[in-house]
Amino acid sequence: MPDTIPENSVGIVTPEVVHFDEPLELACGRTLSNYQLVIETYGELNGAKSNAILICHALSGHHHAAGYHSADDNKPGWWENHIGPGKPFDTNRFFIVCPNNLGGCHGSTGPNSINPETGKPWGLDFPPLRARDWVQSQAKLADRLGIQQWAAVAGGSLGGMQAMRWALEYPERIRHAIVIASAMKLSAQNIAFNEIARNAIKSDPDFRDGHFLEDNTLPRNGLALARMIGHVTYLSDELMGNKFGRELRSGSFQQGQDTPIEFQVESYLRHQGDAFSSSFDANTYLLMTKALDYFDLAREYDNDPVKAFSHALCDFLVVSFSTDWRFAPERSQEIVKALIDANKTVSYAAIDSNLGHDAFLLPNERYEQILYAYMNRVADEPSCSNKVAASVEASS
Amino acid sequence: MSIRTDLDIIQQWIAAESRVLDLACGDGALLKNLKHHKQVEGYGLEIDPDKITAAITNGINVVETDLNKGLSQFPDNSFDTVVMTQALQVMRFPHLVLEEMLRIGKECIVTFPNFGNWRARSSLFIHGRMPITKQLTYQWYDTPNIHFCTVKDFEALCDEKNIHVIHKEFVAERIPDKQIKGIWPNLFSDTAIYLLSK
Repeated sequence: MPDTIPENSVGIVTPEVVHFDEPLELACGRTLSNYQLVIETYGELNGAKSNAILICHALSGHHHAAGYHSADDNKPGWWENHIGPGKPFDTNRFFIVCPNNLGGCHGSTGPNSINPETGKPWGLDFPPLRARDWVQSQAKLADRLGIQQWAAVAGGSLGGMQAMRWALEYPERIRHAIVIASAMKLSAQNIAFNEIARNAIKSDPDFRDGHFLEDNTLPRNGLALARMIGHVTYLSDELMGNKFGRELRSGSFQQGQDTPIEFQVESYLRHQGDAFSSSFDANTYLLMTKALDYFDLAREYDNDPVKAFSHALCDFLVVSFSTDWRFAPERSQEIVKALIDANKTVSYAAIDSNLGHDAFLLPNERYEQILYAYMNRVADEPSCSNKVAASVEASS
Repeated sequence: MSIRTDLDIIQQWIAAESRVLDLACGDGALLKNLKHHKQVEGYGLEIDPDKITAAITNGINVVETDLNKGLSQFPDNSFDTVVMTQALQVMRFPHLVLEEMLRIGKECIVTFPNFGNWRARSSLFIHGRMPITKQLTYQWYDTPNIHFCTVKDFEALCDEKNIHVIHKEFVAERIPDKQIKGIWPNLFSDTAIYLLSK
């Protein structure tokens, strides 16, 4: 943690656990008899409960989107750049909710939870999930928090997919969808990279067919390798060139020298992989990448995105980043085109950035300006204010 | 005046509750006005980052787009009216943009600064240098305006492309241009406004 918590941070935050003692029917046909979601909230829900924003996390994200868990915490939540007092997702104006997705490994029910039927960790037997399952569980969470309608649902990457799914599944319960660095479905190349990552995990002898927890092992090498592959797809060629180039960490190419050579980029990737493999669950990684692969916004709408979006009632903000090759600007433009053809309210910004897909997590002046401008609009709407909604309630 | 005069004329030519695409929409002033007065369903295309932010603040649907890369994402006749105000002269290929506008819109409205205005002509005639006027403020070597035309030039292009001129109006702000622009638009108008169809 920095020496003092910055004024524009939400400060020390404490996650909460929300239990649901009711079954959740999943898209795969199976049912979770009960489940829990670990969440963080920032800001205050107004009396009319009209200022709530749902933040959906991406593949390796979690509920800790902003602030610090303790004074010793060495880094803030993953969207600290955008959530906080005076930031685009302004906690002085909005009540922000960020859950860890079902199937996650940071406290929500997932593969490392205990399967009530066997008394052992679910492991690979945990039901496969789709974005719509997350959206359904988030709707149950909204019910629990007394939120009838989100002022906005926002997310980057896989988070953006959830925001879009929200717009179609619960059109009356969302006023704005903020879809950042996302896509309506994965390309063959995207799926291919995910499959390589999954194979890396499964081929680790410590994976034990997904039951490594029972065997007291962890497929660290496989998970680290999976993360290394994924991480390369999150960065741009330009960024890696600028950051590492062909710099050596050790060894030398001098004639007559035979010391082992290690490039900086190798060391960096290894560090990323190692750090991830000690904080993430291999089965969750498999589950999340599969959910990504399966996601196809328009599948059940005759594969017609216009038909799909015709069900939406909310306004959309779509944002892409120039060097993102995982979900390239063209993927965002497809979303925008479908929204315009469906006569929906949409704005689109194509941000210049050399940071690749990860740009959605990182500071960028123009990105912030766009989010500020849009979120001010959301906050200034009569439907977001406490007074108007309250008076409607009083008159009804 | 809070809003440009040409925008007032454009407003008269747009049907209430119609679907409007505004190319180079700037901060969205026209669409905001049309949304307010005509309840149109409007989308603006813009490339300038600050203007995009301003348009979002104005509550306008703004889509970041490079018009020079074409508009193939928009289906034929998908808008009632496609508008482009004061931007034809900055396009790489004005005639192709015009063709695209006519393909996408049932009707099109184009406004442009008239380079045939006597002030521009006399500046070139008397001083022998590219005009810098109140409307045309850039130096020739550093200007976004790469394709100026006159009223006559524009009408010749419409003839050549078989573009139907439904209405035209001319705007001049100053005296005596204001009074006599109707007699000789190509000489006295600052801005030309055309309503076109295929």
